[in-house]
Amino acid sequence: MSLFSQERREVLTTPLAKDNPVAVQVLGICSALAVTAQLEPAIVMGLSVTVITAFANVIISLLRKTVPNRIRIIVQLVVVASLVTLVSQILKAFAYDVSVQLSVYVGLIITNCILMGRLEAFAMMRSPWESFLDGVGNGLGYAWILVAVGFVRELFGNGTLLGFRIIPESIYADNGGFYVNNGMMTMPAMALIIVGCLIWALRAAQKEA
Amino acid sequence: MIKTIFDKLRPHFEEKGKLHAFYSVFEGMETFMLVPSTTSRTGVSIHDAIDSKRIMSFVVIALLPALLFGMYNIGYQNALAAGMVEQTSFWAMFFYGFLLVLPKIVVSYLVGLGIEFAVAQWKKEEIQEGYLVTGILIPMIVPVDCPLWMLALAVAFSVILCKEIFGGTGMNIFNPALCARAFLFFSYPTSMSGEKVWLAKEQVCSLGYNLPEATTMATPLGEAAAGTNISYSLSDMVLGFVPGSIGETSVVAIAIGALLLMYTRIASWKTIVSVFVGGAIVALLFNFFGPADNAVAGMSCWEHFAAGGFCFGAVFMATDPVTSARTEQGKYIYGLLIGMLAILIRVLNPGFPEGMMLAILFMNMFAPLIDYFFVQHNINKRLARGKQTAKK
Repeated sequence: MSLFSQERREVLTTPLAKDNPVAVQVLGICSALAVTAQLEPAIVMGLSVTVITAFANVIISLLRKTVPNRIRIIVQLVVVASLVTLVSQILKAFAYDVSVQLSVYVGLIITNCILMGRLEAFAMMRSPWESFLDGVGNGLGYAWILVAVGFVRELFGNGTLLGFRIIPESIYADNGGFYVNNGMMTMPAMALIIVGCLIWALRAAQKEA
Repeated sequence: MIKTIFDKLRPHFEEKGKLHAFYSVFEGMETFMLVPSTTSRTGVSIHDAIDSKRIMSFVVIALLPALLFGMYNIGYQNALAAGMVEQTSFWAMFFYGFLLVLPKIVVSYLVGLGIEFAVAQWKKEEIQEGYLVTGILIPMIVPVDCPLWMLALAVAFSVILCKEIFGGTGMNIFNPALCARAFLFFSYPTSMSGEKVWLAKEQVCSLGYNLPEATTMATPLGEAAAGTNISYSLSDMVLGFVPGSIGETSVVAIAIGALLLMYTRIASWKTIVSVFVGGAIVALLFNFFGPADNAVAGMSCWEHFAAGGFCFGAVFMATDPVTSARTEQGKYIYGLLIGMLAILIRVLNPGFPEGMMLAILFMNMFAPLIDYFFVQHNINKRLARGKQTAKK
């Protein structure tokens, strides 16, 4: 089988839309609400989860024949926990501000249902390369939802994107204009509504296809 | 006369006519103006003499006293802040308020009905009449200073996300008018509460007075929540000469509407009465056992009723037939809990001077549960009775 056969490409692409972990399987919602008030932490969080899912999948796939069935969950947890610690340390070393913003949610990637779900459902049965593709696909599927939600929330909640001002200062009510930032966008409640709208849009688009 | 116009136009909208795509618009307009000419063709159906469009028209009529008084009160508050009450005529005050409220009503109907018409066309359904009441309620429960674009956004939010995605009129869990207000309240708190928003500060068509930007005017509840004594007399609060959302200030005007609704049995007196009973119980409890340093806890129950949106919510929001409890005993529980929660939020949460909106939305969520218990209770009772007779 070639490196990117039809089947393997599907492993990579179905989690992006058709079997999206957030929008279709409705997993990982907690962090999707918590870290998306701004775009930057959303991007970093999405990338971290992608890296961790991909490598955890590869490691578990390599170990899958040697791990006794009865202790597989513990082994999976150890693998995920070490990867999460690694990512968390790297973030603290090279992107301290973002890691402060993400606070506990990097550590909580361990409990992200997407990870354990992929390990149990995919990596325990498939080859390392396929598991890697599956991990990347699911991580990116999670990441793009986070980025989309973070984009809307930061734009309308703060008028900025990645800290740069998009909505000009001059139209704000404080400066004699009319515009006011939408305070609800910075609350998790609005994130849930945006995720709901995304799910709605995705399902409507896929029904026609 | 109107009927002949509709009859003449009808062929254009029917199956092969040019304008068939707009049939739902035509149908909506026709049934709004006239009683439908079609009757049910199959089976036995029992119809009331008035259909839901007529009910909606009655509610709008019942809202008129509060709305008209609200317009007058806007002018009155403006003149009061300018110190010109003596020199300003009644009609000048009224038209000033009228000119400020009219754009809000127009925007609310344009956006709301626009979305409803679009959805009805898209799903090829009849246009539903639910927005008729919501459209006038929304402008009545916002402060006079609320910008039109915010209002339009809130209307769009509530019609799409609180109503259409649940299946349209009659299917919504939450009261759409209150959803619009909740959206505004949480999204733009500085434009929805505080001391600056209750006063119109600019001249419109050379009516009213320009006031300095910093002029403030606190609502009775705002003052109480801030820990100061209420500076308005009880009679002012009952008659409605206090700052507040456009339609909520006058207890008298709301009472006229309430009488009309109860007389025509559109609103359930059970809900209304139990809201007041619930409010009175909690207010009394706080009077005796509440913390001494909390000014709101010290308010008597009639002050609670007269201030803020308590009456308006009890009469026009809690009784919404779609979102309230439907079993007759359930209405007592539903109303009682709304009244209790509203006062509880007012007293114990300094962030929300007014608790009526949140209390009603919260109980909207529990209305089906209340109904379930009463229906289940009834089923069990009848089952037990059936067993007894079977034994004999």
